[in-house]
Amino acid sequence: MSCWNQTYECMSREEMRKVQSERLIKTVKRVYENVPTYRKKMQEKGILPGDIKSVDDLKNLPFTYKQDLRDTYPYGLFAVPMSEIVRVHASSGTTGKKTVVGYTKNDLDVWSEVIARTFTAAGAGKDSFLQVSYGYGLFTGGLGAHYGGEKLGATVIPTSSGNTKLQLSIMQDFGTTHIACTPSYALYLAEEMEELGIKRSDLKLQAGIFGAEPWSESMRQEIQDRLKIKAFDIYGLSEVIGPGVAFECDYQNGMHIPEDHFIPEIIDPDTGEVLPEGSKGEIVFTTITKEGLPLIRYRTRDLSSLNYDKCECGRTAVRMSKVTGRTDDMLIIRGVNVFPSQVESVLLSIGETAPHYMLVVDRKDNLDTLEIQVEITPSLFSDEVKKLEDVEKKISKEINSTLGISAKIKLVEPKTIQRSEGKAKRVIDKRVIY
Amino acid sequence: MLVKQISVFLENKSGRLADVTRTLADNNINICAMSIADTTDFGILRLIVNKPEDAERFLSEQQFTVSCTSVIAIGVEDKPGGLAKALDILHDNGISIEYMYAFVGKTGNEAFVILRVENPETAIETLLKSGIEILPSDKIYCA
Ligand SMILES: [Zn+2]
Repeated sequence: MSCWNQTYECMSREEMRKVQSERLIKTVKRVYENVPTYRKKMQEKGILPGDIKSVDDLKNLPFTYKQDLRDTYPYGLFAVPMSEIVRVHASSGTTGKKTVVGYTKNDLDVWSEVIARTFTAAGAGKDSFLQVSYGYGLFTGGLGAHYGGEKLGATVIPTSSGNTKLQLSIMQDFGTTHIACTPSYALYLAEEMEELGIKRSDLKLQAGIFGAEPWSESMRQEIQDRLKIKAFDIYGLSEVIGPGVAFECDYQNGMHIPEDHFIPEIIDPDTGEVLPEGSKGEIVFTTITKEGLPLIRYRTRDLSSLNYDKCECGRTAVRMSKVTGRTDDMLIIRGVNVFPSQVESVLLSIGETAPHYMLVVDRKDNLDTLEIQVEITPSLFSDEVKKLEDVEKKISKEINSTLGISAKIKLVEPKTIQRSEGKAKRVIDKRVIY
Repeated sequence: MLVKQISVFLENKSGRLADVTRTLADNNINICAMSIADTTDFGILRLIVNKPEDAERFLSEQQFTVSCTSVIAIGVEDKPGGLAKALDILHDNGISIEYMYAFVGKTGNEAFVILRVENPETAIETLLKSGIEILPSDKIYCA
């Protein structure tokens, strides 16, 4: 099994620590000098850049939270002047939730590098035809995969998302060998193929690289069976770099992290303590090569674990397990990050008071569905059906324009949504994923 | 000349309608007429009762979402064309009906029709001019 970058992907643990230590020292110095937020955080902990002498000292550094990005919106955490930033992306989100990330030329190179490693691990190469069916735009999926595919030397087919019939005809005519999209879209493609009577023998498809939403082993099995390809998992988040923060190899047994760029830790989400090897906890990343937006100990809120054993594929790079949940209430619905609080602000903008609401997420025909139950309030109520339906339509429209996903709105009677002591339960997730 | 109607929001689940009628019964409120408009998920129950203010208060106390609106009650002759005449008049005067429902009066030889229109004052004026019988609350409200 080949690697894109044998040197770094198969380096001994000792050598990797050396590389990481050198790069970490530089990064810490860089953020201390250029980013007021980091300087302040470090001063508060009484740490100077000189105190960081190796990766062993990483645990002493302060955490970075999504809130830090919001507080400094849009560019406050950037460590270079804007003249050096050549691209920005933003996480899906609405006012108060949006986070902007920026890349220097070199950052884009790093990003392409880790994606080239990802695609190589999935068996793609120069002769491959890579169809990128992630959305292109502010979302990091499309362009991230695109540039990585070009770096790899594959023939990139930038179809972006949507227009499934066209995607399928391109797949047949252009000889797509690899596809990058969300796992649920892969299954949708399979269904459409069956519906349109496209024969598997008409396609050259070998493998798919799927991410941006949680998916299960049984979903992998289904994709592999129906599309007759090998399905690889990929992990990423825009704050760290985008897709390519971790990826699966042929053995499909945990996702390798390019540790020469991102150092992972597993911490106890409540105490912040670093947990021993193999423990399950919140995965935290420190970027050690990024220039535009370096992040120190970024709290992902994703629950995972790390496995440092050498992989059968020959890579020594640590593997992270599939994300098994979140430490906060964020939901990923059809690849879009949704916080219940976003729904709340939409409802507040429509009614005079914030109604009680519940998000019911399910998966039907392999597509995530979102139903938002909203308790009727006297100010929303009308004795005319048409007006109540207008209320539903209005909420639905607002949700769509702020969150970017469609939701079914269901008006319910007051006091019917479960109340809880303390933190309100806002989500019922019926999806069977793990 | 307007009649008070109580509207209640109801989710489409069994037992809710019974909850409303029980609440009214427990408080000695009599239902004179009712109608339900429903969609897949919810329904709106519209009620004409003998004590609308009390009904609104008791239902609200039971956590129902209730509103009170003014509707027009007309009496139509219990024979073919009785209703058509009234509706034609409204139509001819550009008054559109949001919803309506009918019930039989106490004596049984007259039909009562409840009309909800956007502008009830104008509608009443128009109907009166054309000789349609507008029924006051005391004639509609049952004992
Ligand atoms: Zn491996």
